Amino acid sequence: MKASLLLFVLFFPNLVLAQGFAGMGTDAQGFSVPERGKVFSFPADHGPHPDFRIEWWYLTANLTDEAGDIYGLQWTLFRSALEPTEREGWQSPQIWFAHAAVTTPENHWSTERFARGGIGQAGVTAEPFQAWIDEWHLMGPNFDELELRAFGPDFGYEMRLAAEGPLVFQGDRGYSVKSASGQASYYYSQPFFKIRGTLKLPTGNVAVSGDAWLDREWSSQPLADNQLGWDWFSLSFNSGEKMMGFQLREVGGTSFTAATWITREGETQAYLDGAFAAVPLETTDVEGRSIPTRWRVTLPDKDVDVTVSAINKDAWMNVSIPYWEGPVGISGSRTGSGYLEMTGYE
Amino acid sequence: MLKGVSMAIDAGETLALTGESGSGKSTLLHIAAGLESADAGRVSVDGLELSTLDDAQRANLRKGTIGIVFQQFNLIPSLTVSANIAFQARLAGKTNTPQTTELAERLGLSDHLNKYPEALSGGQQQRVAIARTLAARPKIVLADEPTGNLDEATAALVLTSMLDLVGETGATLIVATHSMRTAERLDRRVHLSGGVLA
Amino acid sequence: MTRTVLTALLALLSHWRRHRLQLLTCIGGLAIATALWSGVQAINAEARASYDAAASTLSEGQFDQLLPRANDTIALGTYVALRRNGWLVSPVIEGRLNGVRLIGLDPLTSPHGLSGVQLDEDVPLPDFLGGGAIFATREAAAQLDTELPVEVSPNLAPGIAVTDIGIAQDLLGQRGLTRLIVIETQPANRPRLSEIAPQLRLLPTQQTADLGEMTASFHLNLTAFGLLSFAVGIFIVHSTIGLAFEQRRAMIRTLRALGVSLRAVIVATVIEMVILAMFGATIGIALGYIIAAALLPDVAATLRGLYGADVTGTLQLRADWWLSGFAIAFAGTAVAATGKLWQIASMPILAGGRAQAWAVRTCRARGLQVLAAALLLVGALLLAQFGTGLVAGFTMLGCMLLGAAMALPAFLDSAVRFLEARSQAVKPQWFWADTRQQIPALSLALMALLLAIAANIGVSTMVSSFRVTFIGFLDQRLAPELYVFVEEAEASSAVEAALVANADEVLPLYARRENVEGQLVEIEGIRVGRTYRDNWRFVAAESNVWEQLQRGKAVIANEQFARRVDLWVGDRVQLAGEPRRLAGIVSDYGNPMGQITLGEGFYNALYAEDRALRFGARTADPAALQNMVQSTTGLPDSAFVDQREIRSFSIEVFDRTFTVTGALNILTLTIAAFAMLTSLLTLAELRLPQLAPAWALGLTRRELSRLEMLRTLALAAMVCVLALPLGLALAWVLLNIINVEAFGWRLPMFLFPWDYARLSVLALISAFLATLWPAVRLLRIAPNMLLKVFANES
Repeated sequence: MKASLLLFVLFFPNLVLAQGFAGMGTDAQGFSVPERGKVFSFPADHGPHPDFRIEWWYLTANLTDEAGDIYGLQWTLFRSALEPTEREGWQSPQIWFAHAAVTTPENHWSTERFARGGIGQAGVTAEPFQAWIDEWHLMGPNFDELELRAFGPDFGYEMRLAAEGPLVFQGDRGYSVKSASGQASYYYSQPFFKIRGTLKLPTGNVAVSGDAWLDREWSSQPLADNQLGWDWFSLSFNSGEKMMGFQLREVGGTSFTAATWITREGETQAYLDGAFAAVPLETTDVEGRSIPTRWRVTLPDKDVDVTVSAINKDAWMNVSIPYWEGPVGISGSRTGSGYLEMTGYE
Repeated sequence: MLKGVSMAIDAGETLALTGESGSGKSTLLHIAAGLESADAGRVSVDGLELSTLDDAQRANLRKGTIGIVFQQFNLIPSLTVSANIAFQARLAGKTNTPQTTELAERLGLSDHLNKYPEALSGGQQQRVAIARTLAARPKIVLADEPTGNLDEATAALVLTSMLDLVGETGATLIVATHSMRTAERLDRRVHLSGGVLA
Repeated sequence: MTRTVLTALLALLSHWRRHRLQLLTCIGGLAIATALWSGVQAINAEARASYDAAASTLSEGQFDQLLPRANDTIALGTYVALRRNGWLVSPVIEGRLNGVRLIGLDPLTSPHGLSGVQLDEDVPLPDFLGGGAIFATREAAAQLDTELPVEVSPNLAPGIAVTDIGIAQDLLGQRGLTRLIVIETQPANRPRLSEIAPQLRLLPTQQTADLGEMTASFHLNLTAFGLLSFAVGIFIVHSTIGLAFEQRRAMIRTLRALGVSLRAVIVATVIEMVILAMFGATIGIALGYIIAAALLPDVAATLRGLYGADVTGTLQLRADWWLSGFAIAFAGTAVAATGKLWQIASMPILAGGRAQAWAVRTCRARGLQVLAAALLLVGALLLAQFGTGLVAGFTMLGCMLLGAAMALPAFLDSAVRFLEARSQAVKPQWFWADTRQQIPALSLALMALLLAIAANIGVSTMVSSFRVTFIGFLDQRLAPELYVFVEEAEASSAVEAALVANADEVLPLYARRENVEGQLVEIEGIRVGRTYRDNWRFVAAESNVWEQLQRGKAVIANEQFARRVDLWVGDRVQLAGEPRRLAGIVSDYGNPMGQITLGEGFYNALYAEDRALRFGARTADPAALQNMVQSTTGLPDSAFVDQREIRSFSIEVFDRTFTVTGALNILTLTIAAFAMLTSLLTLAELRLPQLAPAWALGLTRRELSRLEMLRTLALAAMVCVLALPLGLALAWVLLNIINVEAFGWRLPMFLFPWDYARLSVLALISAFLATLWPAVRLLRIAPNMLLKVFANES
């Protein structure tokens, strides 16, 4: 299964999680391209946009149990299109796949699912909101009250989410620029979820609660030719303020960065290339690759100069297109917790 | 087997090496041909010291400089008479068809050229062997009882042809024989007895 | 140098022009050794490729499957409902298109390798998914006749085309799904099948898993034959090349005397050998191809038996086997020639001109051979005692066979000496003395014969023992006349009640899989009763094993499990958190899984939620019983299996598995006979000087040729005498060492004297045929050829 699906990469060059982004078309070949100034329309935009190549519903959560032990949780549904259209039945050109993971300081469980569109095995509807693949789902009467579940062969979870703040639009009102040459995506988040539920682990069931962050992003051309991969941070400070920051690593050691500062009330301030910086402090050998697992992250304008450390350095998503994703702790000028995703490390 | 045998032979000379069976005649010839090695002493042929030569160099010497005629003929049974006659010359790189034909003719083999050795009489086979040796124009011909397997009449004929032909090429000839009749027809005679010259 | 080598080479080659028969036997020997080896390799390669393809394409035996209960297709909605309830299944649509079996898969959910099409750089997923490509073998592609792009994929089974499910739907004009493949690892909690899709039934993989073991043993069988044919082949090559050298020893002496250096002789000889090997190998590979093509229908029949699938095994020229054919021809030639070249190089130029000299081996050489034989046999014994693992088993086999072969000349020599001493009259004395003189010359051919007979005895003993055991095992395991399979736990008690009311004895079978001692094993619960007491045979057990089982606490394990975890009767096995006493070990042929059997009461105490899903029933009239049970429970016909059906199917599969063995038996004997023929033919020429005096003393040619035949038959008979214990030892090793290492069970060995007698007669007939030609030649030989012996003598 794995070997054949690795070739997803060859076949879906737009799957940005893959390493080596060469050959990725910057022209859109019939696919729609994000434009600055789009007015989002809800609930419709919570649903899929089949005329764009790639889209995701990306949920991460920092959790604790009654004993105070910490956990991380991930649930992601991806949509990838071969053609900018949808058809009924097996002839559908839409492909869905999903990843789920639970991380503890000692363990990391991950699993994945694949499905074709058009037959009902996987999909997303905006109202009522339903995102599903097989028996996994993220659904509720509306986008603020959601039920989440996923199972693998040796782990699973069933959670409930409730939003305690507004949607947050990244970049320029949801138009998130990804490179100096103008590649961009539509990108908004719901970082104010409270989450509660049960983790089903090999050791037994664990009741947990905490904070969750949901990202919605879609595009047809998210990366530039010279970009190798990204490091993405979602940080929740104990002050109640939050920050999203990413850097796209470029050939030659340079990078393109962007960040959004989010206040307790959900007001945002976007930062363009250069304001946000992330520098690796320590790397770990994970699956034969050298992965930074401790970072210095700075946003001087908001007095952010923190060390971000992986809770579990081996939070490797051993799926068809492998990458690193796991919970992090924050220390330094501010404290808190968050999630880190790193792709494109050879 | 041989003890302190010492002699020198001039170029073009014909020499008879006589002695009883087991007196060491064959061994002496084999040493001279580089087929066996002497335990001590020197054998030099045409100024070359044999004991200093390796197998390939000795083989090279046998190819062109020293020709040997065996008592058992040692023809190659799967080659025709003409191929056998031409064989050594070919090895030595001295292929000369007219000369080969002439040799065959003079040795009375013209009618047998396309036959295989097994179809020939003993005398005919030995003449083939002689022709083979002489076709390569060696400087020295060593003959080990060349007529030992032949009846008297045939032996006389074979010996005559050999002496005539050797005389024409000016080669040195050493014949090991126990026959006085044969020995008498050569320039010089050396007698070997019990491994020493007498 | 070049001129010298060329001239010497021409002289060497001229030998063959004058001795065409020798050329024929030399190249024939090489060719036949190569043919046997490459033929078996070809079958092996083809069989491997075929069942890999069959297994991967058909998935049968690999995965559980869901099939519609009625003769129907599966609705898309059912598939989605299963997936949305956590059943990880993958859809398959199947049908015939222009006589080709078209299989439509969903590459997003199908297990890797299922399609037999490797999705990689060569076959990008979009071609499969959206591009409309169909993958098939060359033949099937031609047959399909479609406008869609067809990609040739040699890894697929013959007669099969694979494509995306969406395309298959269009091509076959079929919307519904044919079956669902159940992926191996499933998420932790999911509802029962009957709650989501009661219209489907689960066809578990275990019904076909046994066949995987059969396949493995079929394979082992072929591998053993491959090794033996390699050994026989090497012997033949060695003997033919050896003879070619010996016959020209005088010529080589002459060449050197005439001024060809040793190095030039060696170079010329090597070139000659390469030419011979090239010819021999090429002809041999062609022959091997023919052998394989002739035997392949049997292999295909075997595979059809194993998979019940369309496998029209056509032979492909695969590089691995024809290259290995060249390799054995060259390796064999090199081994044989190296020894001979070494002899030439180390011998004085003028020594050993007479060809017969080679036959009289020095005492020292013979002593060395006996010593080597002894060392090899001791090595085999040590390996049998202390070796572990399959490699040690095969090494031991090799040591044993080679050791016996090397001891053969000494054995024959002593036997003939003994007979010689017992003979009073002159003629028999001369006969035996002359026979003894021939042994060294014939020894390689006789060794080949020994190995061929021993291999045949060994392999046929193994297969026949297996068959006897297997049938006995089937008889004990398949004692109940009727089997009933229940798919839903809820129906279990009703079925049991119906059975109890109508059958003589009811044997419910509970089963589940658990991890025990680090192994995934099947736990079975059985109702201890007369049938089990009467029919089950233990490998080892305590006397009151059934009572212990009935009382609970104690358990029975199958031999595979016991050997794997290294526990035996009286030991304790950790089950459901507590140590349980192992009261018996039962043989369980053909089952790859470990199995632990509990009494019904104990099973229910441990796994209260389980219900019996299989029942065996003892009855005099299975049909009537089935009718009665069906009338009360409404179970479909497919829920009942007549014992006789299973039995005959199992035996059929077994026999097909070993069909090819018979053909290979005959083949190895033929080749041994050929080896003997070549040796005898070559020997005939060299032997004239020995026969001439006998002829001169008054033995007629008729008598001489009769004695020659008799001599060969006597030697062959002696070889048979030695081959019998060797073959039995081989069988013992195959059954008690190789089998245990490979499959985890020991097979009892049975003897088949009738088979051995038949094999011995076959061997004698082949020896007789081999001696026929030389004998006739001797009969017709012109007297002057014999006279010439005296004329040439000097």
